[in-house]
Amino acid sequence: MAEYCRPAELGEALDLLAGGGWRILAGGTDLYPANAARDRLPGAVLDITGLDGLDGIGKQDGFWRIGAATRWSSLIGADLPPAFDGLKQAAAQIGAVQVQNMATIGGNLCNASPAADGVPVLLGLDARIEMASARGYREMPLAEFITGVRRTALAPDEIVTAVRIPDPGPAARSHFLKLGTRSYLVISIAMVHVMLIADPPGRVADARIAIGACSPVACRLSALERELIGHPFDTSLADRVREEHFAPLSPIDDVRATAAYRLEAAREMTRRAIAAIVAGGGRR
Amino acid sequence: MKLSFTLNGREVTVEADPRRRLSAVLREDLGERSVKSGCDAGDCGACTVLVDDRAVCSCMMASGQAAGRRVETVSALTLAEGMPGALQRSFLHHGAAQCGICTPGMLMAAEALLRRQPRPDERAVRDALGGVLCRCTGYRKIIAAVMDAHRFTDNGTTETGDAAAPVGAPLPRIDGVPKVLGSEVFGADIGDAGDLHIRVIRSPHARARFTFGDLEAFRQSLGAELILTAKDVPGRNLFGVIPPFADQPVFAEGQTRFRGEAVAAVVAASEVLENFDVDAFPVSWQELPAVSSSDEALNGDAPLLHEGRVGNVMARGRVRRGDADAALAAARHVAEGRFSTGFIEHAYIEPEAGYAVRRGDVLELHVCTQAPYMNRDDLAAILGVGADQVRVIATAVGGGFGSKLDLSVHPFLALAAWRLNRPVRMAYSRGESMASTTKRHPSEIALRIGTDAHGRLAGMVFDGIFNTGAYASWGPTVANRVPVHASGPYHIPNYRAETVAVHTNNPPAGAFRGFGVPQSAIAQECLFDELADMVGIDRLEFRILNALDNGMETVTGQVFTQGVGIRRCLEALRPRWRKALAAAAAANADGQSSIRRGVGVAGLWYGCGNTSLPNPSAMRVCLRADGRIVLFQGAVDIGQGANTVITQICAQALGLPVTAFELIGPDTARTPDAGKTSASRQTFISGKAAMLAGEKLRTKLLRLANVSAAAVLALESGRLIACEGGERHEIDLTALKADEDGFVAEASASYDPPTSPLDENGQGEPYACFGYGAHLVELEVDRDLGTVRLLGIAAAHDVGRAINPLLVAGQIDGGIAQGIGLALMEEYLPGRTENLHDYLIPTIGDVPPIEPLLIEEADAHGPYGAKGLGEHVLIATAPAILNAIRHATGARLRHLPATPDRVRAAIREAEATP
Repeated sequence: MAEYCRPAELGEALDLLAGGGWRILAGGTDLYPANAARDRLPGAVLDITGLDGLDGIGKQDGFWRIGAATRWSSLIGADLPPAFDGLKQAAAQIGAVQVQNMATIGGNLCNASPAADGVPVLLGLDARIEMASARGYREMPLAEFITGVRRTALAPDEIVTAVRIPDPGPAARSHFLKLGTRSYLVISIAMVHVMLIADPPGRVADARIAIGACSPVACRLSALERELIGHPFDTSLADRVREEHFAPLSPIDDVRATAAYRLEAAREMTRRAIAAIVAGGGRR
Repeated sequence: MKLSFTLNGREVTVEADPRRRLSAVLREDLGERSVKSGCDAGDCGACTVLVDDRAVCSCMMASGQAAGRRVETVSALTLAEGMPGALQRSFLHHGAAQCGICTPGMLMAAEALLRRQPRPDERAVRDALGGVLCRCTGYRKIIAAVMDAHRFTDNGTTETGDAAAPVGAPLPRIDGVPKVLGSEVFGADIGDAGDLHIRVIRSPHARARFTFGDLEAFRQSLGAELILTAKDVPGRNLFGVIPPFADQPVFAEGQTRFRGEAVAAVVAASEVLENFDVDAFPVSWQELPAVSSSDEALNGDAPLLHEGRVGNVMARGRVRRGDADAALAAARHVAEGRFSTGFIEHAYIEPEAGYAVRRGDVLELHVCTQAPYMNRDDLAAILGVGADQVRVIATAVGGGFGSKLDLSVHPFLALAAWRLNRPVRMAYSRGESMASTTKRHPSEIALRIGTDAHGRLAGMVFDGIFNTGAYASWGPTVANRVPVHASGPYHIPNYRAETVAVHTNNPPAGAFRGFGVPQSAIAQECLFDELADMVGIDRLEFRILNALDNGMETVTGQVFTQGVGIRRCLEALRPRWRKALAAAAAANADGQSSIRRGVGVAGLWYGCGNTSLPNPSAMRVCLRADGRIVLFQGAVDIGQGANTVITQICAQALGLPVTAFELIGPDTARTPDAGKTSASRQTFISGKAAMLAGEKLRTKLLRLANVSAAAVLALESGRLIACEGGERHEIDLTALKADEDGFVAEASASYDPPTSPLDENGQGEPYACFGYGAHLVELEVDRDLGTVRLLGIAAAHDVGRAINPLLVAGQIDGGIAQGIGLALMEEYLPGRTENLHDYLIPTIGDVPPIEPLLIEEADAHGPYGAKGLGEHVLIATAPAILNAIRHATGARLRHLPATPDRVRAAIREAEATP
């Protein structure tokens, strides 16, 4: 078997994968650091960055489609509705410019780090993951795709081909906050992504709140989402955030922060993200 | 696979494994050594190149992905051979390159920005450069250089040092051009891909017994040239920077004492090592109970790390003056506290690296080092040969900060090259560097300080436990220096400071900018704020009230009749202090916001040179027949600027411009011993030797021209010109008798600063000179998140005489950045933070604007009045930050680093205490 292959056609890549034994390489920003003692990646490497049509952003059938190999820097400058402001804020805080220029949205999900900056955002956008293999395509919600710390539902012969996001509509607003110990190149202590939709009378029609780095897999706060829906979209909204809404979180003590702090910070950041959206106005 | 792409405008094709990191292909296969490897994990950005105009870390890019693309390295910025482009000249002008290891990456990240946005604002510069770490500059001059690059045109000339009076001139560093061109040769930049490489086998446990399997069979199956273990050390399997304490083996024998300790080394061709699985090495481990902390080590039941070091105590230090206990009992106000800090990693961007070759009976080692002569002596003992059979040549050093005083790659390279008689290279990986080299000592400090009713300091009792890790390294120095310095630059009549350096099964703690003094200053300066509040006087005025002055006794009974500059430093901050306090009060007036503003201040002092020990430096300066001055400059420039400063001093003494000079760098076979680059001694001591040598040579040249001391000298090609009283004397140097090196005149001088031994109570004259300083920090604390945002720092430093104000400002910025790291984010945990994404150092977004205030209280010993500065700067930053956090929120941070969770917890505690 060749030790490196960089096909242009998805079909060729899937045929290769069907044969087994490949490690998929995209931006390389997780794979190379994981092999820091060596000058090259070991084993057979299938490089998917040459595949036609695997990057880029488009809209069809009520879904936004972001190609799996789309780099974070492409997202920062993309022409997207305000519902994606949080995604852009996250993209600009992943690593630093060098990482944003290489790392892909699909890679961030497949690496499945509890601190992956992209995951809470995409959970909050109800993203679905499209996968392909020689057996065909399938799709599942992101919440099901990531099954644990560095574990996903991706089969060995599959490639993530796209992230599909149901159009949140023009009224949706989002905000992302990341907390770390320094300004750049920092692994998150906690992250929060909030998306809110206000209805014309000025009430919350939909709310989606996701927290990262405070549980093995980033998670949504459904109790808080239910709490917010129907309430006036005004400065009192952030006051509805209560401690019990954060019960789904199970943060750990590690070198970056204590578990207790993570919980407290997640609450405070959630309040702030909600307040930031309210301050920005629900509709333009 | 054949790989083709465009490299700096030219088509290249190279046979390369497409899975290989682009950085490795660029460096080793294409000779682009300007691409630096700092971490191989995208954490440091030193390897940044442009691919199709975008900045990427070439260490994380598969070379296969470069196919058909446009790759640019720093060579693309260069105008012509050796001619820096506009951005590079802006870096030189601003002093944005110190050691130079991060410079190529910084330049490329900046270039990517400037191509889109030629006149960026500061925010844009920070965002573009946030992915490149620098440990020397503190980033401020880099920001200035990038914002200012548009002023430099591509065809301008480079500034040179032709000032008539070099001392005091803000010259760009004289060794700066290769740093901005990326042509500087660091430890990993010598030798080629065909040389042998070394992989070290290290202990995975803090303490373990181990046995080897069949090493020879393994060697043959692997195809390695040589496997080295303790048995292969022909001389002494032991080294150490302080000879009486030498206790560290090159290879452990039977038992390891820290995680990361070497037990064996495999010497082989690079392709053999690339496929070598370290876990396959035939060694079996039996993990043993380890001593993880000072507390455990001092427990009577703890295993002993070293025979004869009873209770795991390696060294003790003590200074006693007056009756501290009685003074505290009688004091009107007493503040007390326990403080702790963890291991701090030096985190220079250049991991240890070198190249060795045997030339006949001489082992020649090129290595990044701060101490070539000390290295030579240790290596000779290890090889079992005479000191004249080892030649150590210092490469450029990509940051040192104390850790590159000790041996690292040296013995492995020396043993392999000596045995095999073939050139050998090696560079530590980042993980290996962090796991195996020295750290700042963790400290546990208990402190009590008392004042009288008016706020005059009455007494102080200091107890410090310093965790010195598995081996001695510079532990004795820390134990001795701290008691001398723990008073800070203040008059304390009754004083007792005791320290103990304790062995644990951790990496050796050694020298790191300040030798323990930054740790003790945190405790002392934080309690000063509490005392000022108890007394009810302003915190800055409290320090001014108690500041040392000429004619006052220090805690070791030393009385300086001149040169004590702390009061001037503190007073220089007064106007800004008052403004900052007013601004904070106004900002906090509403009381509602989560954001609280605070202001903090801290003072510092630091003795220059060794503590009560001989500490000589020697310099040699020659005039060559072609009219060039050759300075044999053995003081290693680790980025701080010794090459420039020492040349400026010598030039001043000679009465000739800096441009007349050529430098021969540190080389134990050629340059006189200028001692080690540590203890803030090079400007003060080596600079003094350079001044004396320059004066001697001037005397000779005056005699040669038969003119008086008032004459003005000049050099032209092959001629010495002396002008006096309107008369011009011209000496044809080519007609003079030259020695075998072509020198027609030469002078050497050495200098050893006067000190006296300390008695059993630590009384005496430990240093000929102290440097002084004080920092003022303004910051904001987010009360609800515990995050800290620095707004600005003013740093007053008494440097005696600023030989080069540009380089002084660079040292101030860089020291402050390290102080910020110590205060807010840095802690090394063996086995857990052995990389630069879990071990955090400040990025370009973490260092606020810095205002340097240079105080010149001349010292009678220093060259032209100059004092040392390098270590001083770091000392005051962390306590000033902690004091500002307390001012903003009431939170007392006593266990560092003050990460957001700890700050938040301290705020809660403060809120709960009425």
